[in-house]
Amino acid sequence: MPEEYRLILKYADEAGYGNDIACYVEHGGYKTLKKVLSMKRKRVDGRGMMSPQEWLREEVKKSGLRGRGGAGFSCGLKWSFVDRLSGKPVYLICNADESEPGTFKDRQIIYKDPHQLLEGMAIASYANDVRLAYIYIRGEFVEGAAILENALKEARKHGFLGKDILGSGYHLDIYVHRGAGAYICGEETGLIESLEGKRAYPRIKPPYFPAVLGLYQCPTIVNNVETLCAVKHIAANGGEAFAKLGTPNNTGTRIVCLSGHVKKPGYYEVEVGKVTIGQLIFHKNFGGGLCEGRALKAVIPGGSSAKVFKAGETFLLRNKDKKAKPKKVALLDLPYDFDSLMEAGSMSGSGAIIVMDDSADIVEALSNIAEFYAHESCGQCTPCREGSLWMSQTLRRLSDGNGRQRDVDDLLHIAQNIQGRTVCAFGEACAWPVLSFVNKFKDEFEERGLQNERQNAEESTS
Amino acid sequence: MAKQADKTAPSVETVRIKVDGKEVAVPKTTPDPITGEPTPTTMIQACKMAGVEIPHYCYHPKLPVAGNCRMCLVEFGLPAVGRDRKPVLNKDSSPQIQKMTLPYEPGTPRGAIACATPISPGMEIYPNSAATKQMREAVLEFLLANHPLDCPICDQAGECKLQEYSVEHGRAESRFAETKVHKPKQVDLGPRIMLDAERCILCERCIRFSRDVAGDDALGFVRRGAHSTLTAFPGRSFDNNYTLNTVDICPVGALTSKDFRFQMRVWFLKETPSLCASCGTGCNITISSREERIYRYEPRENDAVNSCWMCDAGRLNYKWIGRKDRLARPKRSGRAGVAWEQAIPAIAEHFRAAAPKTTAIIASARQTTEELYLLRKLADHLEAITDSPARMGEADPLLVSADKNPNSNGARLSGFCFTEMGINLPKIAAGIRSGKIANLIVFGEDVTRHGVDAALLQKLDFLVVSDVLPNQTTKKAKFLLPGCAYAEKRGTFVNAKGRLQRFLKAVEGPGEARPESEFLVELVSQITGEKYPAGMEGLFNKMASEVKAFAGIRWEDIGEFGVDVPI
Repeated sequence: MPEEYRLILKYADEAGYGNDIACYVEHGGYKTLKKVLSMKRKRVDGRGMMSPQEWLREEVKKSGLRGRGGAGFSCGLKWSFVDRLSGKPVYLICNADESEPGTFKDRQIIYKDPHQLLEGMAIASYANDVRLAYIYIRGEFVEGAAILENALKEARKHGFLGKDILGSGYHLDIYVHRGAGAYICGEETGLIESLEGKRAYPRIKPPYFPAVLGLYQCPTIVNNVETLCAVKHIAANGGEAFAKLGTPNNTGTRIVCLSGHVKKPGYYEVEVGKVTIGQLIFHKNFGGGLCEGRALKAVIPGGSSAKVFKAGETFLLRNKDKKAKPKKVALLDLPYDFDSLMEAGSMSGSGAIIVMDDSADIVEALSNIAEFYAHESCGQCTPCREGSLWMSQTLRRLSDGNGRQRDVDDLLHIAQNIQGRTVCAFGEACAWPVLSFVNKFKDEFEERGLQNERQNAEESTS
Repeated sequence: MAKQADKTAPSVETVRIKVDGKEVAVPKTTPDPITGEPTPTTMIQACKMAGVEIPHYCYHPKLPVAGNCRMCLVEFGLPAVGRDRKPVLNKDSSPQIQKMTLPYEPGTPRGAIACATPISPGMEIYPNSAATKQMREAVLEFLLANHPLDCPICDQAGECKLQEYSVEHGRAESRFAETKVHKPKQVDLGPRIMLDAERCILCERCIRFSRDVAGDDALGFVRRGAHSTLTAFPGRSFDNNYTLNTVDICPVGALTSKDFRFQMRVWFLKETPSLCASCGTGCNITISSREERIYRYEPRENDAVNSCWMCDAGRLNYKWIGRKDRLARPKRSGRAGVAWEQAIPAIAEHFRAAAPKTTAIIASARQTTEELYLLRKLADHLEAITDSPARMGEADPLLVSADKNPNSNGARLSGFCFTEMGINLPKIAAGIRSGKIANLIVFGEDVTRHGVDAALLQKLDFLVVSDVLPNQTTKKAKFLLPGCAYAEKRGTFVNAKGRLQRFLKAVEGPGEARPESEFLVELVSQITGEKYPAGMEGLFNKMASEVKAFAGIRWEDIGEFGVDVPI
């Protein structure tokens, strides 16, 4: 029976579990940090002498942890890119700018278990010789920022942060920086610009890879809230134990945010790949199904920028060992993990599943998404700046009854001219919904255009 | 250019790449435009070296790279690397090239922005492939979507990159059927700059120039997405001394010069290479004129002098050239006028009879080197005392020189004045006061402002003045000879750093005014009996054969960008 597996949110929803440091310590909090800080250099089989930092980085690699922010990039690999020989300080930034529509997992951690994040950050900082770390939190999390500030105060008071932490000689401080309400600040280089006090214009890569030229042109690691919490558990139980959770190459747990037309929307922490999309929507332990009398129409599997799945779609998935024949998998049987969703042509993104039943107006839904991206485009580079608004205007027209049949083709052209040609992944984020919605529900879009044209012709002749 | 490359080639590490199928070796690094530090050579630079221009808006060779316009997207390929990290070879053992495609859509080419992507060994750039062309076409379509297309009344028309690239790379027809975004128009950014935000393509060139070159972080964007708008810092006027350079580098008609806007369609303008004469820097400029009227100055790129820039003060300092009260006819005091044919022999006759050491010559370091040289020759013959007034002011860290004369070094090198300029002026005043000096020749200065007041001028037997505008000295002249502004003649200046540069004639002088070197050749020849070439080339070459600092330099050697001379 598919069930939740609570690792990061283990205590968060327990009755009486508060976000103060006493409660956290009572539940074993900061034990891992203590352990890590008291570790000595040790001999590791086949690897020679390893410093605790090297050991930690190695464990994170072994854990197979993939970034929980959206791209699903290997955390160990990301850390390995850091330029440790530049002589410049290394910064760690926790990306708490959770803004992808449909996503509400990081806020659970921040609001209910802030110290877990701080402990994860302290461990990640120690592993990467970071002396100064930042939490960039979205502006709308006013209370969240206050909770974090308070948690930081407590942690400093208890000696878990600041100078000479727990007598280890290691210094670290963490600051909270509030965003001002822009989606693009979640893009790591846009975030860095914003943190530097500038407009959040994502940087061009090359040359500005954060691991080499990040915050203040110093090597910088940007990790998601959930990722940093996972680091704590990896440090506590070892990389192998973490890798045993989930499925190969899709290790650990993930907090899935379920929203839309389900009976029980909410967040569910599951082992990655052990639960299918169908189970997440229909099983009583998760979404509990659609409203009575409704049929599934579409699923956006990884936040609003992920390509939509149409109900009834099937996919050819390569087998894990890559030798066996690809197998046919129906949408509802798709394991909710990074690789399967990518192979199915979409992504698990930020872990946000948006469910639409047959009451949803697909044109209106896409128009809504497009409006969001047109509003949030930073405006730096041409294709995204001009294209996102153009698509949104066209969709609004179509949705408001002034569409044309040719709009379908135009929308696809515009989206194709955006993806892959922009400074940052926002180009894909605004193009993918349009490409997938329009391609998969083409008949509905075409029908709407035709209808609009007929109606408007009648009105103008009558 | 080619000569230079050959000279430096052995010491520079090169990378072999292919541009449009042609193999080229290009330097691995090139200097950063701001810091001068070696930075990896980018695709756009490499293509330029290979003779292929990649269209671009935000990229500017003298500014930090922004990478935002996406116009320079090009399809490219890299040598394929196998799982064993070794290069994959074709059957003929040449490296297999893997064209870059989108990671999530392997059939679709992935472009790279040529302005920011470093070259690497074996890279192939396809600047003319179908995919590259499609990317350009798409970017142009986006740029034009919200552009007002008000070309008929736009000052940039005719020199607009949107227009040019639309012709070269654009679509004939627009698919855009929505309402265009409206933004502020006629925004007064500062005393010299007007902004039309709707025309702006948000390339950030003006922002980067102001911040990184002019050192004034005055401009920025506000609002988001397609509503993004350029603005000056709230409550601040965009008024540094370099603002007009943003008009030059604005690829579209968003930033216009208040001085030039709506004055003239650019395609009617004649362009003449010249120099700015407002200070000792000698910024290279292009003078745009039509029908003997000057409409604007623009900086002309010269990395040895002014890069691509010039200051606003120098740029706008041209209006006096067209002033109504310009001296336009030779005059002889007490008479209605005099013809050049009478004036020059009359003056020559006077000086042939003048006793030695009774003459002084004061000439401005705004005169050309050739003019000062001729006056030096005259002074030698008359054993006259000479000098040029110094004109010092404030310098800035970028271009403006403290020396407000354009040709102080020309005056020094031609031997007309001492290193310390103006040191002889008190002696000249004293000589006039004591009666020892009875004759004074003045070129281009109001000497009443330099210690030789009107009362002293009154004491003189003979005062010859050449100038372009009336002043207290010209009023007292026995003979007044109207000269030409530098824009109206040819000649050379030697700038404060010892760069010998030449300028050409853009417009005619007013009325009967003549270039000073022309009538000086006649006058000096008639007084000294020595012959001087009548044309500028010959005159310069004769001077160069006599003036040590110019030894071996011929007029044609100076070229468009000048040569360094020892000062």
